[in-house]
Amino acid sequence: MGTISLKNISKSFGSTQVLNNLNVDINDGEFLTLVGPSGCGKSTLLRIIAGLEQQTSGDVLIDNKNVNRVRASERDLAMVFQSYALYPHLTVRRNLETPLRLRDYNAFERLPLIGNFSPSKKEKTESINQLVNKTSETLKISELLDRKPGQLSGGQRQRVALGRAMVREPVAFLMDEPLSNLDAALRVHMRSELSELHNSLKTTFVYVTHDQAEALTMSSRMAVMIDGNLLQLDTPQEVYDNPSSLSVAQFVGSPKINIFKGTSDSSGTVSFLNVNLKRKSSESNTDLHIGIRPEHLEITNESNDNTFSGTVAYRENLGSDIFFHINIEDGSNKIIVRGLPQFTHQISNGSSVNIKRVSDKALLFNQAGMRVQFTNA
Amino acid sequence: MEAKQYIGEGWKHAILIIGAIVVMLPFYMMVSMSLKSQQEIQSISGGLIGAQETQTFPVCVKTGYSEETCTMKPYQYNYWFAFEKAPIPRYLMNGVIVTLSIFIIQVLVALPCAYALAKLRFYGREFVFSMVLFCLLIPVHGIALPLYVMLAQAGLVDTYSALILPWTISVFGIFLMRQFFMTVPDELIDAARMDGMGEYAIVWKVMLPTAIPALLAFAIFSVVAHWNDYFWPRMVITGNRDLFTPPLGIREFRGGIDSDEFGPMMASIVTVTVPLIVAFIIAQKRFIEGITLTGMK
Repeated sequence: MGTISLKNISKSFGSTQVLNNLNVDINDGEFLTLVGPSGCGKSTLLRIIAGLEQQTSGDVLIDNKNVNRVRASERDLAMVFQSYALYPHLTVRRNLETPLRLRDYNAFERLPLIGNFSPSKKEKTESINQLVNKTSETLKISELLDRKPGQLSGGQRQRVALGRAMVREPVAFLMDEPLSNLDAALRVHMRSELSELHNSLKTTFVYVTHDQAEALTMSSRMAVMIDGNLLQLDTPQEVYDNPSSLSVAQFVGSPKINIFKGTSDSSGTVSFLNVNLKRKSSESNTDLHIGIRPEHLEITNESNDNTFSGTVAYRENLGSDIFFHINIEDGSNKIIVRGLPQFTHQISNGSSVNIKRVSDKALLFNQAGMRVQFTNA
Repeated sequence: MEAKQYIGEGWKHAILIIGAIVVMLPFYMMVSMSLKSQQEIQSISGGLIGAQETQTFPVCVKTGYSEETCTMKPYQYNYWFAFEKAPIPRYLMNGVIVTLSIFIIQVLVALPCAYALAKLRFYGREFVFSMVLFCLLIPVHGIALPLYVMLAQAGLVDTYSALILPWTISVFGIFLMRQFFMTVPDELIDAARMDGMGEYAIVWKVMLPTAIPALLAFAIFSVVAHWNDYFWPRMVITGNRDLFTPPLGIREFRGGIDSDEFGPMMASIVTVTVPLIVAFIIAQKRFIEGITLTGMK
C-alpha cells in the first residue's frame, strides 16, 4: 500500500509563508507530479512528505497513519535527488547496499569486524546481495557495481540513484527533479523509462518538477502549484484543456497560451479585436481575458469578421511544427501561432498574415484570473 | 617570441629558486653540522660533510667513556653520542603519543561540532559559531598560566594528560571543518537520512570520508604545531624526563659540562625533524589525490 494524504499543510520560514493550507490525497500506485515555477514550494512539500522538513501546521498521513512525529528514516519512503546524492566514497554496490544494511542489520552487526560474528548476519548479507543484484539487473547497471560515482556519467548516476531508492521496496518514491541535471536527449529518454518503471513497480510516485512537459508526459495526475498554493489537481489532459485559472493556463503548455484582452456585453457576447465568439460568457458586462492556445490558431488566406491580421516578427522552426511569433496589427499584443510546415513554409519574417481561430477552443478568465464558463445557450 | 617567453619564465624561476634557497638553508646547515666535527663547525670549514677524520672527542671522554670508545669519525660520533646522551627514541615515542592523541581527540570533538554548526538548524547557532571565531583570537600564551594552575590543582602536572588535555578542543579544527562541511551538498545528508542513518552515523560514515582532504590539511597543522611545541611541554613537564617531547629533548644538549656541543645537538634535531618531513611527504600525496565530491554534481 502507498497512499499519502496531506491535510491542511502550511509551512513558513520565519515570516515568509511558503505553503498555504494544502490538501492533497495521493492514491496507491499513482504517479503524481507536483509542478510549478521555481520557488512555488513544491520541493518543500516533498521534503515535508519525506520527513526532512517539519510542517508548521497540518498533518501528513501515510497509509492512513499520522506520521507527523515519525522520523524520515522510519517512514519507509525512498527519495531520488536532483544531484543524485550518491555517497562519493563508496562503490555503486555499497551505495545500493547502504539503505538495506541500515534497515536489516542491527547495531551490533553493523560494527566493523566483530559484527561478523553475529550468527544471523550471513543470511542477511545474502538477501541484501540478492536484492542489489535484482535491482541492478532491472536498471541495467550490473557492470557498474564496482565503480565509484565519480567514474559514472550523468545518466548512469541517475540510474544508480534510482536503484538506491528501489532496493528497499518502499511504500512510495519521492523524486525531486531527478532529470534536470541530464542533457535534453537523455531527459526525454529517461521520461519514458521512468514511466515504464512506474508501470512495472506499481508503487506510488510523487514527482516534483518545474518542467510542465515532464508533468504532462509522465503523470497520472498533476498538481499545479504557484506561490505556495495548490491551484489545480487533475489529470494532465484535463489541466491542459480545462485550466482552473489564468496562471495555470499560462504555466501549462509550451509555447505559452495566447491571452487577448476582451469584453463581454450585456448579453454575454464576448468580443476581442474584431472577433466575436459564438458562445456566450456567464459573466456579462465585464472585461475578460481570452486564452487561445497556439495550436488553436491558424494562418489563413481568408479575411472576414472571424479573422484578424498581424506581421510575423519571428519564425521558430521545430521541423514538425513552425511557431510564428506575430505582432497583431493594433500593436496591443504579441501572439504565437502554430503552423504546419507543409502549408506555411513560405511565410517569412516580416510578412503580414491573417489569423483564424479554431472554434470552441477559447478559454475565458475574469480580471481576477479565475476561469469563466460559457453558458451553453 | 619564444626566447622572450623563456626569459620571462626564467625570471620567475630565478626568484622562486632564491626563495627556496632561503628556506632550505637552515636545513642545509642543520644536516651539515650534524656530520662535522666541533672544530670544523666553529671554524666554518669543511663544506657539507667535513673531512671526516677519525679523532678522539674530549667531551665524550669527560663524560666518562674510555678513549677507545670515543675515537671515531665525526658523523658517527655525533649521532652515536646524541642517542647515548639522551633517550631520543623515548622522546620520539612521547612525541608520537602526544601528537596522535591530541589529533584524534581533536577530530572526535571537531567533526560533530563542525557538522552541527554547518548543517543543523538550531536556535543560537550563529552565536555559537561567533564564539568559535572569537576563541580563534585568543593567544595560547595568554591563557597558559590559568591553564597551568588548573592542571596543577588537578594534580596533572608531569603527566601525559597535561600535555594533551588543553589541546583537545581545537577551535581552528572546528572552524576549518565547518567551512568544508558548508560545501557538502545538503542533499547528500538528506539522502543519508532517508537511508536510515542517524546524525552521528552521518558524521562518521558520510561526512568524515568526504572530508579526508580537509582533515589531512588539519592534521598537518595540528601535528606540526604540537610536535614542534616547546612552550607548553616546558611549562607542564617540570621534572620527569621520561615525558619529554622531542623539542624538550633537544634542550638536553644545551649547557652543562659539554657546553654547547653542536654536532650531537644537530644530529638530534635531524632525528626529530625527519619523521615530520616524511609524514608530510606521504600526506601531501594523499592530499592531492583526495576524495573529491565529483560524484555529486
